[in-house]
Amino acid sequence: MSIIFKKSVPGRKGVQLPECDVPVLKKIDSKYLRSEDAQLCELSELDIVRHFTGLSRKNYGVDTNFYPLGSCTMKYNPKITEKIAALDGFSSLHPLLPQLRRGGSLTQGALSVIYELEQQLCEITGMDAFTTHPLAGAHGELTGMMLIAAYHKKKGNNKKVVIIPDEAHGTNPSSASIAGFEIRSVPTGENGRIDLEKLIPMIDQNTAAIMMTNPNTLGLFNPDIKKIANAAHAFDAMLYYDGANLNAILGKFRPGDADFDVIHVNLHKTFATPHGGGGPGAGPVGVKKHLEQFLPISRVAKRTDGIYALEYNYPDSIGYIAPFYGNFSVCLKAYAYILNLGAQGLIDVSENAVLNANYVFHSLKHYYEVPYPGTCMHECVFSARKQTENGVHALDIAKALIDKGMHPPTVYFPLIVKEALMVEPTETESKETLDTFIAAMIEIAHRAESEPQVFSDFPKTTPVSRLDETKAVKNMDFSYIT
Amino acid sequence: MSYISTTDTQKKQMLDVCGVDSIKKLFADIPPELQPKSFALPGGKSEFELHSFFQQLASKNYSHLVNFLGGGFYDHFIPAAIDALVSRSEFYTAYTPYQPELSQGTLQAIYEYQSDICRLTGLDIANASLYDGGTALFEACQMAISATGRRKIVMDGGVNPIYRKMINSYAANLSIELVDISVSHGQSDRDAIFKAIDDKTAIVLLQNPNFFGVIDDHSDIVNQCHEKGILAVQSVYPVAMALLKTPGEQGFDIATGEGQSLGLPLSFGGPYLGFMSVRKELARKMPGRVVARTTDTQNREGFVLSLQAREQHIRREKATSNICSNEALCALRAHMYLSLIGKEGFKEVASLCYNKANYAKERIKGIPGVEVMETSPTFNEFTIKLPMDAAECAGKLIDLGFAAGFPLGRYYKGMENYLLIAITEKRTKFEIGRLAEALEAVVCQ
Repeated sequence: MSIIFKKSVPGRKGVQLPECDVPVLKKIDSKYLRSEDAQLCELSELDIVRHFTGLSRKNYGVDTNFYPLGSCTMKYNPKITEKIAALDGFSSLHPLLPQLRRGGSLTQGALSVIYELEQQLCEITGMDAFTTHPLAGAHGELTGMMLIAAYHKKKGNNKKVVIIPDEAHGTNPSSASIAGFEIRSVPTGENGRIDLEKLIPMIDQNTAAIMMTNPNTLGLFNPDIKKIANAAHAFDAMLYYDGANLNAILGKFRPGDADFDVIHVNLHKTFATPHGGGGPGAGPVGVKKHLEQFLPISRVAKRTDGIYALEYNYPDSIGYIAPFYGNFSVCLKAYAYILNLGAQGLIDVSENAVLNANYVFHSLKHYYEVPYPGTCMHECVFSARKQTENGVHALDIAKALIDKGMHPPTVYFPLIVKEALMVEPTETESKETLDTFIAAMIEIAHRAESEPQVFSDFPKTTPVSRLDETKAVKNMDFSYIT
Repeated sequence: MSYISTTDTQKKQMLDVCGVDSIKKLFADIPPELQPKSFALPGGKSEFELHSFFQQLASKNYSHLVNFLGGGFYDHFIPAAIDALVSRSEFYTAYTPYQPELSQGTLQAIYEYQSDICRLTGLDIANASLYDGGTALFEACQMAISATGRRKIVMDGGVNPIYRKMINSYAANLSIELVDISVSHGQSDRDAIFKAIDDKTAIVLLQNPNFFGVIDDHSDIVNQCHEKGILAVQSVYPVAMALLKTPGEQGFDIATGEGQSLGLPLSFGGPYLGFMSVRKELARKMPGRVVARTTDTQNREGFVLSLQAREQHIRREKATSNICSNEALCALRAHMYLSLIGKEGFKEVASLCYNKANYAKERIKGIPGVEVMETSPTFNEFTIKLPMDAAECAGKLIDLGFAAGFPLGRYYKGMENYLLIAITEKRTKFEIGRLAEALEAVVCQ
């Protein structure tokens, strides 16, 4: 489809604005004015509706196709939560309103959403206090690392090092680094869990924190987590939980019970808020009591008379990390989702997410190499190493799946698995969908042996075939020049 | 309700394949002592109950007040077509476009959005979005620290105080020196800024229009910065970019801003949209995703995520930023907004804001005891000085149906009697008149 600017017709309009109902009193001094107009497009409403509807049809989403993108929890997003977030009482509410005198009383509904969501996240994760402010998962990680830095500073601890397993999400080392820490990587053992014999001696008085996710990015639960917590706490190092994989453990395991000190939760994964083609997400952060005083301001408190109020008087707080209270409408949708499902519904989520992943795992384990055997949790990781012997790589398998009408799994992550294929089916997919996927994957495995040469042409059914990424970097065409 | 379609019979079939007889056994890696100590959540609610519950909560929020609150976040008109189009679930239920063949819709839209931002700001390259205007400004600081190897940041007092607070938080553990420069007569204080910048300074942060709504041309400050090898960033209000001199024209290296005004609802603080554009030379220092136009194997035009070697999933602790999820759907809204409003419409919106704000100043000027701050030109927001505490005054105006503005004493010491009033194209002559009358009634009480 042609770029929108190419369709522009001088003089055409998409929106009619009201006439100016006030007298024009003065003009802006020309020295402050731009020399030429911003070259926005000139199109009718219908032109624009056709353009974007056309673009939407070139996209896969959870609503159109199976989307087993590992680590991303692409589950179905219930429509009712969109309807709730669009209620005028929420969507038209100015965030500065509660900061006016007595303004808190004007936003009781919104403040209650924040407070009650925080309470429920505490109960779900076993933490003592939450903040909804972080605007995405990685922003939650950064906030968590800032909290840990503030904790150590307050205690006079001079700690600079954060230990992170080599299978971790890339955001973990990046966030810890941006918070001012040095990163040490700890290898994964043969059983697919953090190598305890290597980890334990690494922890010392210099260790500020250990960042983990459990289950980890291999989809494996670490039963030794209490040992790790104890080893960390012996040196007053904090244990951080990356909540990206929380969909595996709702009602089955609470990070707080295993002595994790800080956690972030990806509402756009576990709590079914749509990912929007890259965002917005939300990454609320939970802490244990000893870190609560450092949480970002503002915080929402519930007074004894049941009134919700914004509180700012936390002298040890790390301060503002977001302009307001987080990605509120994302939080609202997640809160609605939690209320919708209730305790049993959330347990069903994890049970079925784990069942679906294991079903895929056992159905495909004879066709694709399994780098780390064992019962997986919400996702399973295969390697296409066997297929590479015929020249078929993980990327080729991904592209072959596209032609079978499915979004591919995550490929080449975790980095420690060569030719990784990381499948996260989520709980909302039916057995029929999984069976279709499994059949496609088996057929692809067979074809990788019988006709490996055909793979480089995939995908063939999409609006474009494989794109020239080298040329993209070389030409740096990031903006349309008329 | 958990939106699960697997039946009990199917579960049994699946468990057979897994070689276990119960789902419980799939969780055997979780030791018994780590079973949840509690999971005391309420039972689920039906869709109908859920909707009623939230309707009630929504009705407790005073979203119906006539809105003169701004502070960088404005009550602008949003064309209905945006909601209709952005509700296409092909857009909103997709993930980050890692598989470009399945994501050409998102990718082309983001490329077009990047083009919009370049056109608004007069700079070469825009990224695919950041969380909000404040985090975007801090990302600009990180870029400058990396590009210059220096660690001092000079912040103009006209930069949104919320953003300056955020930067303070982020810089706390990074051995960064932060210098705050107060404004003079509402504008950037040249003398103080020139005195503050030196060969240790990485970047100067400016805003246009600034937090008081004041318009400026920062070309002279940018020149001084460049002579000392310092980068300069301007945080801009995108609607004003329809008329005002662009960051590019003023010589800025980086432009950032809050895109909420471009078709995003206020939604009690988010999700919003941080935008950023830079000079070409800074492309590889830029945070976040960026979409490039390229070609496929058959030489057809197509779009991909590019310059990924900067990003966390490749470079881990050496990445330019830790950002992963951004605000893609908000960027899509902004692009839809700018496309619908169009070249002429965008200028009309900006002119309506400007003209109505001038009219409001004129109306308020006549109120005894109220002074409109007019030493410097303003865009759609302006400051008034009251003969009483502004927070108290704004509180009383709520009872009369107005969110009358933002009391500046909250962020500026000594400005307890000052109120910041924002006007958008949505405010009518009638509403402005009523506000003036109500304000007069309150101050003359």
